[in-house]
Amino acid sequence: MIRLQTEAIRVDELIESVGSDGDGAVAVFVGTVRDHNRGRRVLYLEYEAYPEMATSEMRRLVEQAGARFELSSVAIVHRTGRLEIGEASVAVAIAATHRDDALEACRFLIDTFKRTVPIWKREVFEGGEVWIEGAGETRVDRQA
Amino acid sequence: MTVEIRYFASLRQCTGCSHETIDIDPDADVSALWSMLEGRHPALAAIGFRPLVACDRSYAGWERLLEGVSEVAFLPPVSGG
Repeated sequence: MIRLQTEAIRVDELIESVGSDGDGAVAVFVGTVRDHNRGRRVLYLEYEAYPEMATSEMRRLVEQAGARFELSSVAIVHRTGRLEIGEASVAVAIAATHRDDALEACRFLIDTFKRTVPIWKREVFEGGEVWIEGAGETRVDRQA
Repeated sequence: MTVEIRYFASLRQCTGCSHETIDIDPDADVSALWSMLEGRHPALAAIGFRPLVACDRSYAGWERLLEGVSEVAFLPPVSGG
């Protein structure tokens, strides 16, 4: 399961989609929307994707993880649109025969995802909003 | 030849459009295309970062020639997750 979706992420569904009787481990990472960033009180986030490329980059990531680690199955889901504080923005589930592969692949996948998959967040905080762009940010111009 | 240009996040805000079609010489590279776009959208010249480039939905360098490319996207540094 590799997809972008606007609906809430169901982690139980993700776990179910990867597990099989031959696996001894399922590693899961869930990224959530926190209420503060760079000293600001965050109200909500709005995620935007380049959908066709985001899904192809996600597939490429899964292939890369499969070449590095012994994995049975991988699922990655990212949400787009408006997300409230505490909601899951991204979830990764990885099934493997042994836990070391599952845990290390999980770390590799989420770290690489954050550097390569074309998705952006607009942070709406008390007093303004910005596009978060890597380590930088651009003020949102409401006129545009 | 014509190329479909796509803009995302703050770059979309800069240009005021998410996509447009540009007529360009097939011998041109991505850098030349960007210069042309800066002419059409002066706000692009003032952004505080160097965009990432994708040609036909794969990351590409600025020296990539446009011949055979149908879609070029300019991407701010990504921030998913």
